[in-house]
Amino acid sequence: MTAQFDSTATSERGAVTKDRKNGHDAAGPVASLHQGGRYRAPQDSAIVDTDIHIYFPTNDILRSYLEPHWQDYHRTFGSRGFDGSHYPRAMPNAARHDAWPEDGTPPGSNLPLLQEQLLDRWNIEVGVLNPLVGAGEQRNLAFGAAFARATNDWQLAEWLDPDPRLRASIIVPWEDGELSAAEIDRWGSHPGFVHALLIARTKEPLGRRKYWPMYEAASRHDVPIAIHFGGAGGVPITGSGYPNHYIEDHGGMPQTFQSQVISLIFEGVFQEFPTLKFVLIEGGFAWIPPMLWRMDSAWRKLGGEVPHVTEPPSDLFRRHFWVSTQPMEEPFKPEQFRQLLGQMDMDDRLLFATDYPHWDFDAPDRAFPVPLDKDRRRKFMAENARELYKL
Amino acid sequence: MSESTRIDCDIHNEIPALETLYPYLPDHWLDYCRESAFNGPDAADYPDSVPTAAREDSSPKPDLTEVQDRALKDVEIGILNCAYRVQSVRNEDLAASLAAAVNQWQVEHWLEKEPRLRASIVVPSHSPPLAAKEVDRWGDHPGFVQVILPVRAEAPYGNRRYDPIYAAAVKHDLALGIHYGGAPGHPPTPTGWPSYFIEDYANMAQVFQSQVISLVCEGAFERFPSLRVALIEGGFTWLPSLMWRIDKEWKGLRHNTPYVRRPPSEYMRTHLRFTIQPLDAPPNPLHLAQILDQCGAEDLLMYASDYPHRHDNHDILLDLLTADQREKICSANARAFYRL
Repeated sequence: MTAQFDSTATSERGAVTKDRKNGHDAAGPVASLHQGGRYRAPQDSAIVDTDIHIYFPTNDILRSYLEPHWQDYHRTFGSRGFDGSHYPRAMPNAARHDAWPEDGTPPGSNLPLLQEQLLDRWNIEVGVLNPLVGAGEQRNLAFGAAFARATNDWQLAEWLDPDPRLRASIIVPWEDGELSAAEIDRWGSHPGFVHALLIARTKEPLGRRKYWPMYEAASRHDVPIAIHFGGAGGVPITGSGYPNHYIEDHGGMPQTFQSQVISLIFEGVFQEFPTLKFVLIEGGFAWIPPMLWRMDSAWRKLGGEVPHVTEPPSDLFRRHFWVSTQPMEEPFKPEQFRQLLGQMDMDDRLLFATDYPHWDFDAPDRAFPVPLDKDRRRKFMAENARELYKL
Repeated sequence: MSESTRIDCDIHNEIPALETLYPYLPDHWLDYCRESAFNGPDAADYPDSVPTAAREDSSPKPDLTEVQDRALKDVEIGILNCAYRVQSVRNEDLAASLAAAVNQWQVEHWLEKEPRLRASIVVPSHSPPLAAKEVDRWGDHPGFVQVILPVRAEAPYGNRRYDPIYAAAVKHDLALGIHYGGAPGHPPTPTGWPSYFIEDYANMAQVFQSQVISLVCEGAFERFPSLRVALIEGGFTWLPSLMWRIDKEWKGLRHNTPYVRRPPSEYMRTHLRFTIQPLDAPPNPLHLAQILDQCGAEDLLMYASDYPHRHDNHDILLDLLTADQREKICSANARAFYRL
């Protein structure tokens, strides 16, 4: 043991030299698994992409959808959210280098390019748009509500109408339950809008009662609530303060998702709203089994504090949650991926997603680290999403 | 395997009351404690009366006799982890004096009275220079084997601000123990304050995960290649998923942290050890066996009872192990890690 700790410095340097010679990904047993002959799946099944990002091409176009007062407001103050969680992305707009339209507008803002690079290229049957425009993170809640309304009108006019393969998210000002409920009521029966979209780092844990009016509206219309990677709620992004690097921000998102699940389940949301559905997008999923084991164990010992939780948390999770696949954790060995799927026991709940146009895009033929059997592949790639979103 | 070869890496010795520390405080702080409204650290991170705080016939703050009778039965060596939250005392000088008093109390009331015990140095880690001084004060005492930090802190532990503590620990060949709890003043989740204790409890595993990410990605193990860290009372079944995720992040984002020279999981395996309670085990032993295999747990886990806290029975884990693996997890790993 002593020797193991004392010898690390030299052996590490040896490894680095070798590593650099072999190129970017060649760093020991972990990376080598995926080098070169990485598994490519045949494209023999339909694809529903549950995570596509679109953006306003320009601020003028955003403002053209805002009421006149809010146009002035946006021109004067811009977007005002919470400070403290600024981790500059590893690439501009967190985008693939090839996803920039020629006219210099942002990746994900140009429908023909999105059709070419994603919908046509991969023969996507249905794609769900998740616009991360920041409407829900506005400190001015009335402006947030106006921003959400504008974004929803824009999605309908400029994306859903021109391309029948696309579906939209109901953007809501989530820090205000009543305003969010109003926006869900506005779109809840429109077949083009398939879920209401929140972001993972909210100001308070999502089980808190201030959010319940939003859940009531979602239940009323049977609209799932989607929670997507990211956000800035104004508190440190870990339970132990602010880390330093983007890799910790990006790699630390599963911890945020776990906190939201723990809150939703223990604060009694599913006893109050027994038909409510949640979709966790871009959080990965390998963290789910150990989180469920911990929650069940905590509930057995400490459940007396939350008498409204009358069944094991793992049962509630498997009934109320769906999960998108990207970014997929990559186990050291292929069989460990199958072990993970077995531990999850959620074959009907995994939803394929590309995350276009972001840098960590998952291509449909390479996303899964192992070949899937036909049944699982069909479910993950399309069927589960069709069922959830009534496509 | 005979029970007598167990090393228990997590036994709690808590300060019964602020008055316990009076004999060890300097005059100024003794007067302050007597005259002011100060009652001890303000940290309700583990109420004494919650069902996990003590077993049916245990006290949440056991004394030496109870620990000898109950926790040390069939145990060769027991490591004490005192959770007195000096880190939650805003006045850093008072916090430092309280830590010194706690450590003196541990020597007189525990280490000098029971040769099977080892202890952890309590430090005002929110003031790293003062914390390093406290490590230096006790670093050569054979009874102290680690520096103990609460998992929740003002900043993640990979941050360079903590380097003086790590330099002192490494200098004295002490381990670092990161333990459940802490009350630094900001919320225990990345999304604000939950309503219930059960949420804080369940969320604590994520804080441990964040600390692992920070220690690895902020380069603590490159700056201190001999630093070794025990993660205590935070579970371990989440380790494979974290290794997979952070290794993948590193492949895409390693230019972000050029001083992270190897896949993150390699640092985790080399520098981290985990105590076995709480198990947070799956109901299916096959799934637990998969987890153990996925992270190479036989070299990473260290037996702990977490006395007097109440947990699930650990037989589901021990029953899966070969004799050799049992020996490693029940004693050999801790013996090597703590230089016992």
